[in-house]
Amino acid sequence: MLTLFRKYCSSLFAVLLCFGVSAVYADIGDRWHTNMTEGVTPVSRQIYSLHMDIFWWCVAIGVVVFGVMFYTMIAHRKSRGAEAANFHESTALEILWTIIPFVILIIMAVPATSTLIKIYDTKEADLDIVITGYQWKWKYEYLNKDVSYFSNLSTPDDEIHNLAEKNPNYLLEVDEPLVIPTNKKVRFLITANDVIHAWWVPALAVKKDAIPGFINETWTYVEEPGIYRGQCAELCGKNHGFMPIVVEAKPEAEYLAWLEDKQATAAKLRELTEKTFTFEELMTMGEEVYQTTCAPCHQANGQGVPGAFPAIAGSAVATGDIAQHMNMVVFGSRKNPAMQAFGEQLSEVKIASVITYQRNSFGNNMGDSLQPIDILNFKESK
Amino acid sequence: MSNANKNVNRLVIKLLITGVGMFAFALFVLPPMYEVFCDITGLNGKTGERYEQSTQTVNEQRTIRVQFIGKNNEAMPWQFRPNQTEIKVHPGQEVQVSYYARNPTENYMVAQAVPSLVPYDATDYFHKTECFCFSNQPLEGGHEAELVLRFIVDKDLPEHIHTLTLAYTMFDITEYSDAAKAAAR
Amino acid sequence: MAHGPASGIGRWLFTTNHKDIGTLYLWFSFLMFFIGGIFALVIRAELFEPGLQIVQPEFFNQMTTMHGLVMVFGAVMPAFVGLANWMVPIMIGAPDMALPRMNNWSFWILPFAFSIMVSTLFMEGGAPNFGWTFYAPLSTTYAPPSVTFFIVAVHIMGASSIMGAINIIATILNLRAPGMTMMKMPLFVWTWLITAYLLIAVMPVLAGVVTMMLMDIHFGTSFFSAAGGGDPVLFQHVFWFFGHPEVYIMILPAFGIVSAIIPTFSRKPLFGYSSMVYATASIAFLSFIVWAHHMFTVGIPLFGELFFMYATMLIAVPTGVKVFNWVTTMFRGSLSFETPMLFAVAFVILFTIGGFSGLMLAIAPADFQYHDTYFVVAHFHYVLVPGAIFSITAAVYYWLPKWSGKMYNETMGKTHFWLAFIGLNLTFFPMHFVGLAGMPRRIPDYALQFADFNMISSCGAFLFGAAQVLFLFNIIRTLNSSHKATDQVWENPHGLEWTLPSPPPYHSFTTPPAIQS
Repeated sequence: MLTLFRKYCSSLFAVLLCFGVSAVYADIGDRWHTNMTEGVTPVSRQIYSLHMDIFWWCVAIGVVVFGVMFYTMIAHRKSRGAEAANFHESTALEILWTIIPFVILIIMAVPATSTLIKIYDTKEADLDIVITGYQWKWKYEYLNKDVSYFSNLSTPDDEIHNLAEKNPNYLLEVDEPLVIPTNKKVRFLITANDVIHAWWVPALAVKKDAIPGFINETWTYVEEPGIYRGQCAELCGKNHGFMPIVVEAKPEAEYLAWLEDKQATAAKLRELTEKTFTFEELMTMGEEVYQTTCAPCHQANGQGVPGAFPAIAGSAVATGDIAQHMNMVVFGSRKNPAMQAFGEQLSEVKIASVITYQRNSFGNNMGDSLQPIDILNFKESK
Repeated sequence: MSNANKNVNRLVIKLLITGVGMFAFALFVLPPMYEVFCDITGLNGKTGERYEQSTQTVNEQRTIRVQFIGKNNEAMPWQFRPNQTEIKVHPGQEVQVSYYARNPTENYMVAQAVPSLVPYDATDYFHKTECFCFSNQPLEGGHEAELVLRFIVDKDLPEHIHTLTLAYTMFDITEYSDAAKAAAR
Repeated sequence: MAHGPASGIGRWLFTTNHKDIGTLYLWFSFLMFFIGGIFALVIRAELFEPGLQIVQPEFFNQMTTMHGLVMVFGAVMPAFVGLANWMVPIMIGAPDMALPRMNNWSFWILPFAFSIMVSTLFMEGGAPNFGWTFYAPLSTTYAPPSVTFFIVAVHIMGASSIMGAINIIATILNLRAPGMTMMKMPLFVWTWLITAYLLIAVMPVLAGVVTMMLMDIHFGTSFFSAAGGGDPVLFQHVFWFFGHPEVYIMILPAFGIVSAIIPTFSRKPLFGYSSMVYATASIAFLSFIVWAHHMFTVGIPLFGELFFMYATMLIAVPTGVKVFNWVTTMFRGSLSFETPMLFAVAFVILFTIGGFSGLMLAIAPADFQYHDTYFVVAHFHYVLVPGAIFSITAAVYYWLPKWSGKMYNETMGKTHFWLAFIGLNLTFFPMHFVGLAGMPRRIPDYALQFADFNMISSCGAFLFGAAQVLFLFNIIRTLNSSHKATDQVWENPHGLEWTLPSPPPYHSFTTPPAIQS
């Protein structure tokens, strides 16, 4: 406790120092973000100007009210010999300061209403994407395009636990971003698989709750190619802070090329499923899958969290019948909703490798392994 | 003093009744009120009950795009997808589509499909004459089923709506269903 | 009936005296304030730098949840009830509360509720971790087992609040001294009367919503589960139907306190007394029809979104009237700045800033960018810390000499004020910036661009915490000091409490006082 205290005392100095130093050479505008982004869509720009308008109205009202107040506090002090007046009523004044704010509110409400109506106009989209929130990742499905994939946080665990230098996109990077074409109206259909999440990308000014069992719709029209980052905005459990969103807006031609490539990869993956891997290959791939998919709950060292998430090391499942193990990973646990069904989330290759890895790591030494085709057969037979 | 006491007692009783009344209001009135509210506004895209009126004049001039989505809620192992992801219909025309469901586990399971439709202001104009979501869907382990949906898009669908998106989410309700309990017995 | 207090612990356990119970409430809320404050400091310590250092995300979520629950239900609400217990009977010339025995119960069930609540921290699976707003299904299907204890605790403190509210209404409506008409009552009594009605209207709704949760968790109903035909969004509607009036429950009595303090130190009567009463009543009414502004991103049809946006904006009108009235009360007065006045003036300024951000949040399209970010955190802390906490602090400094008969140390009081004022602004002002820049709330770790402002916030939080330790020290020193307070304490203050000796006798106004015109 004492060291903690000392640490914070010294950091107080550090901050004061920080102020001085950063004022000298840091790029202040870049480092001290103080305002909402203008964004890259017509709607986001409209929201930004709405935000600034209201802000300046508030500043103006504040200047008047606080101006009078500070004048009073300086001029009407008892210590300066001020005598108290005795007025305590004025109907005219009170009517006036009921009506003036009311008028200001109406002035504010007009642009707010028109912006809102525009946001609610979801018709005539060029592309529909279904977005599903999972604990703690996003799934993107391009409707009628035969493309669907998960998007996971890709920040290494070591950076989060301060064992490695944090990269500039710390916590705002994913393995596979959402790719959309620029200058097209893209409609998002948002839902969730477990608890409520919220999909938010500030540069697009899109924030919509993802609710299990229901779909919400919203849309965007990105005008500038670029990479835009956001985060889940509704508390959704343990890793709520670790499920970012990355949107890559590309010119249409590039987008179409990406889409084709993606469809080809999906086909190749199906082919890969037929292939036989060596034990070493499975272990290497398995470790990678384990660290992104399993480690958030079962921990990087396979020890789990007592009382919340069971350990993999020495577990009855990972050291028991391999069919049971497959069943658990593919269909999830019937008893504990935290253990999801990964059958649809992970490819056969990934499932086969991660099961192999779990059975032969953390002190588990089963020596057996699975091939993707086993998983496929298992799914089909069930 | 006794008069004042009587006043206090009467007031306290009134206030207590108000408190209990608000509790009952929250528990028994708010949820059904919300249901009604949702029905009227289409909030959350809940679509209505079975549509009884069967004939509508078909408006061939207008074509509406209807998209279908099938999703599983978590830990739901079924394979569940629409057999056609998109169709074009005329308002007033009765159409039949279907979803594919398969229970890949070894166990008997019961599922419930929950519909959700966007845009919300279209929910009053989307009439289901037959839907697998009206009842629980039991499936033996390893079995598959064709789940049928028949619907009419109302001819009065507001002009500005050109696309309807209907999503079903499959929930595993084996634990809660009576059929499952009976089977377990 | 005995004329003085009983001796020993029995005095406190069995007391039916409004002053004793007021004291119990105030000390209890002070304790809760420190416990909730420690939770807040854990949060700020973790957020000092990017990366996970001190706590794990599971525990972080428990801290945000417990901080909110303890501060709202353990610190702010009981403190206001304590002030009402002490001051309402004295202000209206009543000998005691109308229902003294119920008064005793309504206090003594509170420590049980909070023992249960805090003990969940030590249970398997941890304390509630779903935020103080406990949205389903995170708080039902996905909740830790301790959620059942949380529900029981909420029920008990709800019962306590309702009993307290009934007592206050019964006292105000029945025990006023002859001649104390409704429109002569001090504003603190008025605001508390309205608050008490709000409590009776909405605490049962909170009880209802947790009961539905309990049934969903243990009895197989599905109010909030889509699978059984329920709807998780229903939870949010019911919760905020309680929650928004609850927000005003935490601020209306503060309006009353400030309306007592500012005239005293301006040496001028309160400007626009009757419009203050009407403004309070209209704020209370509006609080019932704005709840969905907490849910703008949930997916509400356009006309609903517009309705709630307009209704919310409307609240700015009566709130503005109040602020203008306070400023006009000060205008051309003869001002002096003792500690209670410093806190009251800071209240007016900072609460107004919180009101501005509230107005910004009311604008639905802009709210799509603000919702669930630190901008919201900044907003409600600007409303609640300077609003509720500063007004309670002001009230304690203002009335402590009356309660104890001892004068506090003014220098220490002013030091407390300036430390708290600077700490508060250092903590919460930067949150506006990080929120606008895109930092979501309730996250244990954040992107690098938010690092600098978070570090400032954390330092401010520790400064604010230290200031409160000084507050505690000042109070204890005052109680043990030999510096006697006069009966009037301040220069010609208005109100019946100042006609009593300091400290007032154990039983005051056993014969009703005469009320001058």
